[in-house]
Amino acid sequence: MDRADSTAAARLFSARFCAEGVSVSRGGARIVSNISITLEPGDVVILRGPNGSGKTTLLRAFAGLLRIDDGAIRVESAHGSSVSAPVDEPSASLIYCGPQNAAKAALTVDENLRFWAALYDAPEGALETARTAFRLEGYADRLAGALSTGLFRRLGLSRLVLARRPIWFVDEPTASLDASSSETFARYVEDHRAAGGVAVIATHDAFDIAGARKLRLAEEQAA
Amino acid sequence: MRGLRAIIARDVTLAFRAGGGSLPAVAFFAVITVLFALAAGPDLTLMSKIAAPIIWTGALFATQISLDQIYRADREDGSLDVIVTTSGELALTAAAKAAAHWLSTGLPLILATPVLAILLNLESEAYLPLLLSLLIGTPGLSLIGSFAAALTVALPRANLLISIIVSPLYIPILIFGAGAAAAGAAGAPQYAANLSLLGAATLFTAVIAPIASAAALRSNMD
Repeated sequence: MDRADSTAAARLFSARFCAEGVSVSRGGARIVSNISITLEPGDVVILRGPNGSGKTTLLRAFAGLLRIDDGAIRVESAHGSSVSAPVDEPSASLIYCGPQNAAKAALTVDENLRFWAALYDAPEGALETARTAFRLEGYADRLAGALSTGLFRRLGLSRLVLARRPIWFVDEPTASLDASSSETFARYVEDHRAAGGVAVIATHDAFDIAGARKLRLAEEQAA
Repeated sequence: MRGLRAIIARDVTLAFRAGGGSLPAVAFFAVITVLFALAAGPDLTLMSKIAAPIIWTGALFATQISLDQIYRADREDGSLDVIVTTSGELALTAAAKAAAHWLSTGLPLILATPVLAILLNLESEAYLPLLLSLLIGTPGLSLIGSFAAALTVALPRANLLISIIVSPLYIPILIFGAGAAAAGAAGAPQYAANLSLLGAATLFTAVIAPIASAAALRSNMD
């Protein structure tokens, strides 16, 4: 099995994510209120809840893509052995993987990967790892728009492997994946935990990670 | 720096691929110019007089048709999330997006101008002033346009709205640009002054537009 550079054994980062009493509104309506969560290195939280319960909203707020009304979000991360040297730039420590795959249909698989590698400032070799992670080697020169839904999702998820960020926010990762690809994804989450990273994963299928904490969001209350 | 270069390279590549904005912009530019020429009739002296203003107006409209794609396409496919979360300074990213728009729209229009100018019977001494004024002025058009695109990124089918927003903001660039082209052709002393003012307008937008675009993008994230 081609695992991510067998990084599992090494603690790559030490990440902490802490949200306190976070409330978020969209279009004037309060979507999530008073959510508190703390993730220590190696923690994974599975976020569940019915449609409209605010899973996506919460993840986007955690990733800094939505303003929060109330509460506080703290990100602490350090790379490599130098845990004493924290990376205070949040853009360098977190990655948000939304339900869309952020890939351009008119670019090939490799062109998309290269673009992300530049944006995430991925180290040399990360591209190759990301390409093999979700078995995209055979599709390198295919236009992303010509990929099946599942392959397209795999391309989108390969960003997680490519970017090597300590804090992951992933929205519905397995919605269009087959069983073996879901397993691959779960394995990368395990590697990520072992490396000292943290992850919040929103899902409504059976997807689960052994030992992951669960957070259940209630249905949206009428405003 | 690596990210900004990648954004420019990707946007330019996409603009020249199928569904991109470059070819339609150049074609639209040619259509406007030809229609103007047909409407003006066969008077060649009149034509050579109005050639530069026609080309400037045509360039103004042609740069607008791909504006709404600058940020909307990225927002729809999720790339904007990646760009925003990875960019250290969003204003620099906005400047890179505007630069990519100019490289994929403004520059091709300038390259097409000499061909269309022949059609309009532009006098030979007027070519250089016209091309120079376009070279200095069109980056300003892309910068203003990218700001309007950022402002309307969350609205569906904002193309018309973008045109309404940018048209008044384009006026100084149009006046100084067409003015410089005319003065240069006539050998008038206002040539240098017009070019300087045109350059000042572009530089002013180069400072303001990226910062304003970044603010507009942030407020449109919700």
